[in-house]
Amino acid sequence: MRLSHQRLNRRRLLALGGLAAVGAATTACGSNTGRDGGDPNKVDLSQWYHQYGEAGTQDAATRYATEYPDANVSIQWIPGDYDAKLASGLLSEDGPDVFESHFNSQMATSGQVVPLDDIMADFKSDFSEIDLFENTWDGKVYGVKMIDDPQLFYYRKSMLTEAGLAVPTTFDELIAAADALTGKTVKGLYLGNTAGAGVLNRPLLWSAGQDLLTADNKIGFGGETTIAALAKFRTLHENGSLLLGAPTDWWDSAAFTQGLCAMQWCGMWHMPLIQEALGDDFGVFPMPPVFAPADGGRPSIVNGGWSTFVSAKSKNVEAAKAFVKWLWLEQVAHQEDWALSYGFHIPPRKSLAAKATKLQSGTAAETVALSQQYGIGANPAWTTTMNTALNDLVTKVVREGADATAELATATGKIDDELAKAGG
Amino acid sequence: MVSTALKAEAGRPGTPDRPRPIRRRPVRGRTLAFWLFVGPFLAGLVFFTFVPIGWSLWLSFFEAQNTVTPTEFVGLRNYTEMLADPEFRRSMLTFTVFAAFIIPVTTALSLALALLVNRVRFMQAFFRSAFFIPAACSYVVACMIWRLSIFNGVRFGLANTLLLHFDLDTVAWLQTTDPPLYWLVLITVRLWLQLGFYMILFLAARQRIPGQLYEAAYLDGASPGWQTFRHVTLPALRATTVAVVLLNLIAAYQAFDEFYNLMGNTAIVRPPLIYLYNTALGAEQDFGRGSAGALILSGLIVIVTLLQGKFLRLGKRED
Repeated sequence: MRLSHQRLNRRRLLALGGLAAVGAATTACGSNTGRDGGDPNKVDLSQWYHQYGEAGTQDAATRYATEYPDANVSIQWIPGDYDAKLASGLLSEDGPDVFESHFNSQMATSGQVVPLDDIMADFKSDFSEIDLFENTWDGKVYGVKMIDDPQLFYYRKSMLTEAGLAVPTTFDELIAAADALTGKTVKGLYLGNTAGAGVLNRPLLWSAGQDLLTADNKIGFGGETTIAALAKFRTLHENGSLLLGAPTDWWDSAAFTQGLCAMQWCGMWHMPLIQEALGDDFGVFPMPPVFAPADGGRPSIVNGGWSTFVSAKSKNVEAAKAFVKWLWLEQVAHQEDWALSYGFHIPPRKSLAAKATKLQSGTAAETVALSQQYGIGANPAWTTTMNTALNDLVTKVVREGADATAELATATGKIDDELAKAGG
Repeated sequence: MVSTALKAEAGRPGTPDRPRPIRRRPVRGRTLAFWLFVGPFLAGLVFFTFVPIGWSLWLSFFEAQNTVTPTEFVGLRNYTEMLADPEFRRSMLTFTVFAAFIIPVTTALSLALALLVNRVRFMQAFFRSAFFIPAACSYVVACMIWRLSIFNGVRFGLANTLLLHFDLDTVAWLQTTDPPLYWLVLITVRLWLQLGFYMILFLAARQRIPGQLYEAAYLDGASPGWQTFRHVTLPALRATTVAVVLLNLIAAYQAFDEFYNLMGNTAIVRPPLIYLYNTALGAEQDFGRGSAGALILSGLIVIVTLLQGKFLRLGKRED
């Protein structure tokens, strides 16, 4: 009696399980693409953004899309690992038609994105050389820069004054300042939760007088210079003056505004929030020279930001291009709103940047001036695989104290392989 | 004894010399029922397991950057690149160290927990549930709690509040590499999530051991405690222990969630799945090398499982 009862239960359970599986499969087929309800006479376009941290950005993006007269544009606002989700989205036709990202040559060579030279033709001269270079491969422009985001150091004026310190002008001074500013509950410097391995790689090489790649796409770093620069970075790490394990990462100013650290590497995007929290009690400085100017040392600032692209897998490439032209080239008011109303970003259009009054006073103006002087942009020939190799090198040498010479050989070996593949 | 009797009965074939009318339902109905039961799962298996495995085998012979429909055949290049990659080999080592530690610890602790709960005379159901509930919690949520509330590196993290209470300096739990404190966070979150589940398995098995065995052991002069545990409980739990170790091994091979959510993709500690995720699905989008690596890893898992099956005599009839 008991046995048969059990069997019945199991059978029923299996049947229910099967039903559930079938049900799940059928509902998955009819998933809502979020494009319903638009004008049936217009094409549907899907536009993807990563989740911006600044309040109001999602509403703004949606507003622009609704105002576009020639297509039904739906917005996908993607939290979490945007790069991974975007990558899988781009494999299929159901992915985005228009999306924001950072360009690298593999997007062009693998046919992921389409050239935008035709829509860019009339506007090219209004973009800076850095912004054009980072979106160009083989003479074709693939992306339209939406915002420029300088990344640099923020510091608390009051904390430096109290410790009797001047703003660091060399990397050695930065190390000393971070050490001097470290107390029981305040750390000297915050470089994010990977201790700067990743975010500070490029500025470290630049300020040591080197670069990721040379103009003819060979490895632009290595040798004694890189090893010495890594050794200094290691010293900074070993001093115990870096803030680690904060709830927010380097791109969020919370650790800085909450007084967990005296200095932080962050982007200009959070400047309005920092102003609100600290008033005038903050300043900025570029990544200081790692070596004396005679040895190639120079200040540097990361010229980051986002560009917009059109997927080659889109069913409506021409419509998508028309939308990109409308929003990111013609609608100057929207571009200004996007760059200045939420966080602070420099509008990539020279004509627009010149009119940006919010960026013409105080620390914002200083940041813009510094980034014009020292800003270095992305190199499209630098692929994600090369970046992983560099990240591993810095992580192992700086955070784990591995042998710099051996790790450097491993990393450059990998990067050389990648360059050879791209060349051949 | 009961089980032996049952087995003997079941093992006796229907007597052949006395043909009996066999009650048969219509074949069609039976076939239909068969496919109704097996179909959905078979379809799921084919579409979500066999097709991807075949596809990934195909991809592993191609240059498949940013595409899953590649055209450039590169032979075994992806395999040689992966095998030559020191980071991939290092990730295998990371995993081995992790497995060598986590499997015995999880098994021993869940067994201990099961025996303790078994001894509880009141509110046993409460304790059983309390220990089991974490198993229902998602890795992501648990990792968020561990990373943001308990083991964050600033003064208001739970662990650091305790340290400050004892006048010690705060510690960056996940970021300190010397000593590698992040292992403490990685291991505790996994133990918290998994112990309860294995405890239930052990508890069920322990409660099935007949009391007469213990009575007999006491009559023979065995003392309660270590002697009965060593000679009665442990042998009686053998089948369950083998199952738990195997499940643990599989879980350790699949270690991804807590590493991904707590450490991200970092050279400091990178199990093979994180490495492959980054190669194929994460930043690099190289499906060719990613697939080659995945197949190399699967090959290793198959070998280890076969060896373990031989070693622990899994699937052999226990007499």
